[in-house]
Parts: sequence; structure tokens; C-alpha cells
Amino acid sequence: MSMNTVTRSRLIIAGTFLVALVLTILPWPVWTEQFRPNWVALVLIYWCMAIPGRIGVGSGWTAGIILDVLYGSTLGENALALSLIAFLTVHFHLQLRMFPRWQQAAVVLLLVAADNLLLLWIKHLSGQAPATWGYLTPSIVSMIIWPWLFVILRDIRRHGNVS
Amino acid sequence: MLQIHGWQIRLPSNLTRFVLLALLSVSLMLLDARGHHLERIRAGLTVLFAPIQLVAAIPIRVGGWMVDFVRGDQALQEEVEKLRTEQPLLMAKLQRYDALEAENAHLRELLGTSALVAEKAVAAELLEVASEPFRRTLVIAKGEKDGLYVGQPVIDAYGIRGQVSEVGVLQSKVILITDPGHAIPVQVNRNGLRAIAFGTGAPDSVSIRYLTASADIKVGDLLVSSGIGGTFPFGYPVAKVTKIVNNPNESFLDITATPVAQLSNNREVLLIWPTKAALTLPAPKPAEDKKPAAAKKPVAKHPPEVKKPAETAAPKPAPTPAVSTPQPVVTPPPAEPASKPAAVPSP
Repeated sequence: MSMNTVTRSRLIIAGTFLVALVLTILPWPVWTEQFRPNWVALVLIYWCMAIPGRIGVGSGWTAGIILDVLYGSTLGENALALSLIAFLTVHFHLQLRMFPRWQQAAVVLLLVAADNLLLLWIKHLSGQAPATWGYLTPSIVSMIIWPWLFVILRDIRRHGNVS
Repeated sequence: MLQIHGWQIRLPSNLTRFVLLALLSVSLMLLDARGHHLERIRAGLTVLFAPIQLVAAIPIRVGGWMVDFVRGDQALQEEVEKLRTEQPLLMAKLQRYDALEAENAHLRELLGTSALVAEKAVAAELLEVASEPFRRTLVIAKGEKDGLYVGQPVIDAYGIRGQVSEVGVLQSKVILITDPGHAIPVQVNRNGLRAIAFGTGAPDSVSIRYLTASADIKVGDLLVSSGIGGTFPFGYPVAKVTKIVNNPNESFLDITATPVAQLSNNREVLLIWPTKAALTLPAPKPAEDKKPAAAKKPVAKHPPEVKKPAETAAPKPAPTPAVSTPQPVVTPPPAEPASKPAAVPSP
């Protein structure tokens, strides 16, 4: 792999994360908020599964810190949640690759739910937890869009020769 | 394995990395939430990632232009017409306000307290960016150089929207009164009954807690800021009571109120710099001397954002407890303010 392809694939990966971040803070009507999927977590899961040697806990942590800064939440909470997701995905990446798509989606549901519950728990500790069950619906939406997102990201990866 | 000049370096395993970064995250969280030690770092990072926010704000902006373009001259003309008819009405109201203000200043002079000075206000543009799920925050395009400070009240044409929670170089974060981490001391405009309005995370309601069944509060009551706590000036409308549930099994009433400010659909907000006099105005009421402290407490301890301003802006919440006559105030809680000692029991 020449230096050029390395830089290029880095740019592609960073680009997908950037798009995910923008989608995350894109303004929608307030009532849609509980249906907004965790874009960053989904993109992270994909890359951790596809190229665990390059994208892993460290990348998850960095993305989490950026998310914390954009949200203005306590510095470190999304970082912790996303590094947990990255750790689990990298740990099980071989099994995950073998799973049929729907089974993958089910695992994604569990991972994103873990992310949301961890965040809820941290917010509870700092006294800022919302009084709603809506906190779990994003993980279901994330599960539903996973198969499509998977296909899109796979095409991007193949097209850009990211490995 | 990494090979550098013949040395073999073993990279840390997945688990080790996770444990290390998790520890780092936890310590960051503690530093950030407990002591506010990371303000500078956070401010720097915010500037670094501001472009992402700008990009995210583009669609709505462009949408706004498109709407303006499509609506065209006709609609604009109508709007101008509407504003033209509204303007004299507002001016007329304002005349009366001037007179009232003069009268109020005069009365306060007679009482020997400082006069209420008009406060400075600046309009700030909103950056259309979604907030963290289930939190209620805004990003505004004003920062340090405009003289913003943490805890600064943010209002709109209808009432209080929230307060500044984080000041960056170019943009700042505003926490709304509906955020689950926010609480604002209020009083019922009709009778001066004091209470605290907590945000719940729902976009259009706040909950009034710690009022007992005997409290004199009704559906439709307007709640105005009470000025206790020193963050918000006295007398700005906050919310209207919409629902009161008296469950005999609970020790307090379950009261829901709808904010009067247009929390979700404005392009601009107003930042105000309240004067010292405005902040300390309503506190002295001899019969209720202990309450300011009690009312301040939940506000101070609840969110980290609210904590700081309450401490810095209001060193002494009850400066002149000598006055024994009812106090003249701008927006009238008419003539019997020394009422209802059941107002704010500390939780």
C-alpha cells in the first residue's frame, strides 16, 4: 500500500465520521428527536467490524470527545460510551462478519442500546436525566437502518479501496 | 507488533486500550462536572469543531432563504403592514410603561432603595443546531468578545428562555428553562407565591415542584421570575400554569406549566445584562427572610451550569430586610406580597 492510498483511505474514513457528526447535530423538529439514530455509533460499528486493525477503541474515543464538544455534554461521557462500543465490536468482529444481516442488526440494537443506557446512567449521576422512556427508541431506529447503512458504507469502502 | 529500527514494540491489546481510555474518560468527566477545570480546553475544542456546526446549520438557513424567496413581495408587504399596525400599539403601551417606571423610581427613592435601571439588551442570532437528545440547549452566535458571561439571562419577546451555560470565543451555549438540568425561581404574578420551575426535558413544559395542596395556585396563573438566586432579574414572565394534579398520596402538588417564551421557533434571542438593582429587587421581605436561601439551594446544586452564576452574581440575596411596608415593584403582584409562607420548602 503506497502512502497515497493510506492517506486516501484515512480521508474516506474521516469523511464518513464527519458526515455522521453533521447528521447528528442537523436540526430536525423536536418530536423527531427520539427517532434520531445514533449515526456516529453506527459508522463506528461498521469500521470496527470491517477494519479492526485500524479503527478501534482509540477512534471511538476521539469521535466521542468530538461529540461531547458539539453537544456541550460532560466531557468524556460519549467518549466512554463509544469506546465501549468500539471495544465490543472489535472483540467480536469475526463473529459479526459471519452473521446474516438481520442478526447483525440485532447485535447493533444491543450495542446502541448499551451506548444509550450508559449515557442515561451517567446523566442520572449528574442529575440531568430526562424523565422519559424515549431514550431507548433511537437504538431501535438504528437497528432498522443498519442494513442500508451497511450496504452504503461497504460500497464506499470497496470503491475507495479502504482496507 | 510494530518494528522500528529493529526494536519490536508490542502494541497494547484491545482490552488494555479500552480500560485505559475508559479511565481517562471517567477522570475527564469528574474534572469537568465537579470542578469545571476543563473550561479552556473545551473552549479550544469548540472553536476547532465549530465548522461542523456551521455545516449542519446550512440546510435550515438555505431553507429560510428559499421560503423568503418563494413568498416574495406580496407576503413581505403584508408583514410590513402587520408590523406597522402593531408598532403604534406597542408604543402606546410603552408610554404607560415609562410613566410607571418613573413612578416606581420615585417610590423607591422615597423608600431609600436604589432605583431600577433599564438593563442593556443585545439580540443574538441562533445557530440552527440540534441539541443533545432530550436536553434543551441552543447555540448562539455571540461569544466572549461580546461580553457574555456564564449565567446570563436569555429572553425573547414573550418571556425568559434560559441562561448562558457556556461561553466560547465566537459562539455560546444557552440552556433553556425546559432542560432537565435547569431550575428557575419563580413567583405567581397574582399573589407573589414563590416556587421553583424545573425543566423536564419535554420541549414545552416545566414542572413546578414542592408546592403543597394548600398553596394558592390555579390553572392559568402567570409565573414570573422572582429574582431570587441572583441569576434572573425580577418580573419577567416565565410560564403559564396549565395543569394541577392533586394526588393525595403525594406530599406535593404535581403542577405543569407551559413556558411563555417561544422556545422552539425563533431565529433570534435577546441577551440581557441585568443591573445589580434588578437582581436584588424583590428579595427583602421581612416575613420571608429565610426563603431566599431555601429557594436558592436547589437551583445551585442541581445543574453544574446553574451553580456558578448563582454563586458569583448574587453574593447577598437579602440586602435590605429593614423595610416593613409592602414593596412597590414593576410588574405588580398587587399589594399583598407578604403572603403564603408555604411557598418554597426546601426539598
